[in-house]
Amino acid sequence: MKTLTLTPVRLRGAEIVFWLALASCFFLLPDKLTLMSQILIFGLFAVSLDMALGYAGILTVGHAAFFGAGAYAAGLLAKHGWGEPFSGLLIALVVCAALGYLLSYLVVRGADLTRLMITIGVCVLLAELANRLSGITGGTDGLQGMVMWPVLGLFEFDLFGKTAFLYAFGVVLVMFLGVRLILRSPFGLALRGIHDSRKRMLAIGSPVESRLRMAYALSAAVAGVAGALLAQTTQFVGIESIGFNRSAEVLIILVLGGTGRLYGGMIGALVYMLVHDAFADLNPEYWMFWLGIFLIAAVMVGRGGIMGALSRLAKRSAP
Amino acid sequence: MGIVIFDGVAYGMLLFLIAVGLSITMGLMNFVNLAHGSFAMVGGYAASLLMSRYGVSFFPALAAAFVAAALIGAVLEFVFYRRLYKAHPLDQVLLSIGIVFVSIAVFTYFFGPTMQPFQLPPLLDGRVSLGGLEVGRYRLFLIVCGVLVLAVLLLGIGKTRYGAMVRAAVDNQRVAAGTGIHVQRLFFLTFSLGCGLAGLGGALSLGMLGLEPSFPLKYLVYFLIVVCVGGAGTITGPFIAALLVGVVDMAGKYYWPEAGAFLIYVVMIVMLLLRPNGIVPRKGIA
Repeated sequence: MKTLTLTPVRLRGAEIVFWLALASCFFLLPDKLTLMSQILIFGLFAVSLDMALGYAGILTVGHAAFFGAGAYAAGLLAKHGWGEPFSGLLIALVVCAALGYLLSYLVVRGADLTRLMITIGVCVLLAELANRLSGITGGTDGLQGMVMWPVLGLFEFDLFGKTAFLYAFGVVLVMFLGVRLILRSPFGLALRGIHDSRKRMLAIGSPVESRLRMAYALSAAVAGVAGALLAQTTQFVGIESIGFNRSAEVLIILVLGGTGRLYGGMIGALVYMLVHDAFADLNPEYWMFWLGIFLIAAVMVGRGGIMGALSRLAKRSAP
Repeated sequence: MGIVIFDGVAYGMLLFLIAVGLSITMGLMNFVNLAHGSFAMVGGYAASLLMSRYGVSFFPALAAAFVAAALIGAVLEFVFYRRLYKAHPLDQVLLSIGIVFVSIAVFTYFFGPTMQPFQLPPLLDGRVSLGGLEVGRYRLFLIVCGVLVLAVLLLGIGKTRYGAMVRAAVDNQRVAAGTGIHVQRLFFLTFSLGCGLAGLGGALSLGMLGLEPSFPLKYLVYFLIVVCVGGAGTITGPFIAALLVGVVDMAGKYYWPEAGAFLIYVVMIVMLLLRPNGIVPRKGIA
């Protein structure tokens, strides 16, 4: 499933080209910068889900809990007088890592069905909480009135989203490299081992449960940063940041890109958001219909998403 | 106090009716089916349409709801579900989310996003005095239905040959297949039956929960809670869990409205912590 189909040198080249292409959007698509920032943010969110789902194999349909928690953490901080962007991200990261670590004790035990239930349950619980505490979170109107300070004290967030794009690009790149480092470390290899055969990893003495807990907490932290980024760049937190639909959406993005692959989430977000943007004036019901059809087709016909198809193609062309 | 418990029990019966099919299919095939609410919706819309457009009366409409949902369930099992029994749970989750999305879109397209109108039949309208308690007739009817279905299912599973085969397959599928039980056909029948019951529950929920295209997502968590907390693969487990969920939810809405649906999720997490395999764990994993 995860065989390397390119030589390491060419792979690194492809990675650099990918990120340079994203960065060049700053000059090539100056009127689409808000969309590009959102693509980056959702890509990071999907990568965080991939850590838990694709690598560690924890079946979760409630990852928006962390995305929303991060968004609200950063948003509330900025609303109540501390608009420094980086420390806001850091606090969202810490909050979500702590939340994820606490929840991991619930999630890691039990079978797939129980995991699924707990993750959905926690997600709708937090959504309900955000809805009920409308005095703090703004409820269904969303959290408004955030005041962001300039990035590094120099660059104001402007109306055209230039600063927001560069800021999001920088943060996403750094977080992505961090995730890449973690997944290529011995810890990441242990996660793959657990994903492929839990029993064998137990037999060779790998502390399976604590590895999974750590993976879940790390994944929660990255999701929190993605949420916080969205809150800071749009200076708004909607109630839909948290909840089942957002969780399902990021799952779709990841499946579209391909699970268990580093770039699956990024590619999935790119394609999903561009298609969504192209059909933005479509009635939401039709959008939902085609999403549903896509999901059914993805399960019945094609496995591995876009990255899976690419690697099959690369394998065929290089005998 | 009495009336709150009564209403909660009626609500719980509704949840039980819809979720019991899900419990059996999850226990039998380990299939994570998030689309179960869609079958309830099919039944509900079938009953509602028959009543409002074709003037069919309430009880035949209930029967039609059962048949419609069971048929749709049978078709979907034949086309999609049976190919994924051995697949990874992620695939099953994705397929069923896809079905939920498509069903919501299709029902919105044909019937609009608003709630379906519903008129209680005169027989079930109004209140009746029961041991000094003024209870709604409709809710009493729900409870009677729930208890009837529970009794029929317990008898059917406990006493008949078909029930014995289902029990055998839930306990150990491979050994059951080894003794010559055609597990796939068994599952096909059981799945359709479960979908039919969901359809019946959906039709009955017209008078209590209301029916709109977002029904499968809105109540998805409730069905899953009932199955998970009760114990997948059993019948009494979901029954107890449904009553618990119904009473807690109803009591929460009466006495502590600010908390809303919050209480029920807390109950779920506590219950799953105390009994990770459900209130009535099925044999083999206990």
